[in-house]
Amino acid sequence: MKILVCVKRVVDYNVKVRVRADHTDVETNGVKMSMNPFDEIAVEEAIRLKERGLASEIVALSIGPAACAETLRTALAMGADRGILVEMPHSPEPLAVAKLVRAVAEREQPGLIILGKQAIDDDMNATGQMLAALLGWPQGTFASRLEIVESAAKVTREIDGGLETLRLSLPAIITTDLRLNEPRYASLPNIMKARKKPIDTLTPQALDVDVAPRLTLLSVTEPPTRKAGVKVDSVEELVAKLKREAKVI
Amino acid sequence: MTILVLIEGEAGTVKQPSRSALAAAARLGGNVHGLVVGSRADAEAAARLPGLSEVLHAELAHILAEPVADLIVGLAGDYSHVLAAATASGKNILPRAAALLDVQPISDVTEVMDEETFVRPIYAGNALARVRSADAKKLLTIRAASFDPVPATGGAAPIRAVPIAESAGSAFVSAEIAHSERPELTAARIIVSGGRGMANAENFHLLDKLADKLGAAVGASRAAVDAGYAPNDFQVGQTGKIVAPELYIAIGISGAIQHLAGMKDSKVIVAINKDPDAPIFQVADYGLVADLFTAVPALDEALANAP
Ligand SMILES: Cc1cc2nc3c(=O)[nH]c(=O)nc-3n(C[C@H](O)[C@H](O)[C@H](O)COP(=O)(O)OP(=O)(O)OC[C@H]3O[C@@H](n4cnc5c(N)ncnc54)[C@H](O)[C@@H]3O)c2cc1C
Ligand SMILES: Nc1ncnc2c1ncn2[C@@H]1O[C@H](COP(=O)(O)O)[C@@H](O)[C@H]1O
Repeated sequence: MKILVCVKRVVDYNVKVRVRADHTDVETNGVKMSMNPFDEIAVEEAIRLKERGLASEIVALSIGPAACAETLRTALAMGADRGILVEMPHSPEPLAVAKLVRAVAEREQPGLIILGKQAIDDDMNATGQMLAALLGWPQGTFASRLEIVESAAKVTREIDGGLETLRLSLPAIITTDLRLNEPRYASLPNIMKARKKPIDTLTPQALDVDVAPRLTLLSVTEPPTRKAGVKVDSVEELVAKLKREAKVI
Repeated sequence: MTILVLIEGEAGTVKQPSRSALAAAARLGGNVHGLVVGSRADAEAAARLPGLSEVLHAELAHILAEPVADLIVGLAGDYSHVLAAATASGKNILPRAAALLDVQPISDVTEVMDEETFVRPIYAGNALARVRSADAKKLLTIRAASFDPVPATGGAAPIRAVPIAESAGSAFVSAEIAHSERPELTAARIIVSGGRGMANAENFHLLDKLADKLGAAVGASRAAVDAGYAPNDFQVGQTGKIVAPELYIAIGISGAIQHLAGMKDSKVIVAINKDPDAPIFQVADYGLVADLFTAVPALDEALANAP
């Protein structure tokens, strides 16, 4: 079985982004970029399936500017076999991403596609579900455990109130939650090896996908900031303030 | 203009986040229909909500995204907007329906500007994006913490049964749902949340007593959940639950951006942490620099004794 893994290049999770003075967007110039943390988990899960003999090949896919090749190299250094870059100036909206991934999936015919549950820049949490819809495949979102048994995926999902386990016929879509696994660091020899692994570059035109945005970003603003309050010296003072000043207990 | 709101029920009640989604629908104006997938009792609870002119009810034992999305697509012709609460369930279903309708959904809406313009947080809530949708239909998930829920009763909408197909590709196997006497995180007036500072699962239960005394829900940071101190659905933050209670007490939590994203809209924030430089103090209204293992029992006692 071939596994396709989607990896998005995003502002590193440690960076506190700033809104641009003209309110057109957040400032991404000169900011550290990394693979979306949920996508690292997706790559790791694919590698583990391959290590267990349940997958034959892992193809990593990234959509966006040429610099996404770096993100693909990271996936290759972790253990993916080859990369596909769909090059365009910006990562498009989830609907367009889903259409592009579908087009790639139609060429590659994977048995499983793993995505992150959420990109930590747009926080949409939508692409995997949309891709599943477009392909007509079942979806196992927010996965915290994945097993492949007899050409089906048994997936445990993090839901409101606890956990739920589903059985999905393959091919299927999985989106990763934080507790699915802990991604490995690429070793130096593997980073070297990854340089020789192939990356194919495609375009939305070549895939015949319309990526025109549906949403217009009218403005980006700072959320209201909280002012830091006071330090209290004792538990008694805290309780007194909560009762008499804040009146919340 | 008619709006369809996916309403989540549970044991003959409507979950609070769905009542917030209805509040968002009311902001849009127009006629509002509810869609309940579940038991008849859940549909009856939905019919009692104020502001609905009809409740559509599909009977399904286990809610799976595939058939529910297909059902929404089948109904969508009659509606300008389809809304769901931004819960695990709403986020699982709504984007799937949106893709089938060739619509770009808008996740986690915190403000309705007009019929086609919405505000949503991006980058863990460090920025607010105002977006306008050019799609013929709008599919939205609503951040419950940003809309005061409509009351649970006051209406008497007629219920209409709608058929739903069985899922082909996916099947329910099992669920582990924790039942608690405490309020739900997203509905609680007070939340007591613990982090890695709680040090182990046994200690984490120190918070139970405090929560019971305050009538509070218990929450956790990702670190506490990852370490197994607390179950996954306790997680508050960018990728967990978004909450905005009247009082949020963060105990042994450092205050990473991803955690703040889930609770910084709380009305009053209390932080108890032994590190005076912990970032959580930058958003706390009341900060107590102390070892939690002395402060939590002392707090228990002070609450019991306070006039
Ligand atoms: C993609 C992604 C998504 C994430 N999503 C979330 C999310 O949704 N929610 C979330 O919470 N995190 C999330 N995180 C993780 C986040 O970055 C932090 O790692 C996490 O919030 C830290 O949890 P913590 O504050 O409990 O632990 P720590 O940062 O380790 O802090 C523990 C605190 O406890 C204090 N402490 C220790 N012992 C005591 C004591 N005896 N008495 C008093 N204080 C004590 C310490 O001073 C410290 O401040 C995410 C991270 C990533 C990469
Ligand atoms: N530009 C992109 N390139 C590759 N994968 C993407 C891209 N955008 C989104 N994804 C995938 O979709 C997931 C969810 O993204 P989102 O729906 O935007 O929150 C991410 O974790 C990625 O796995």
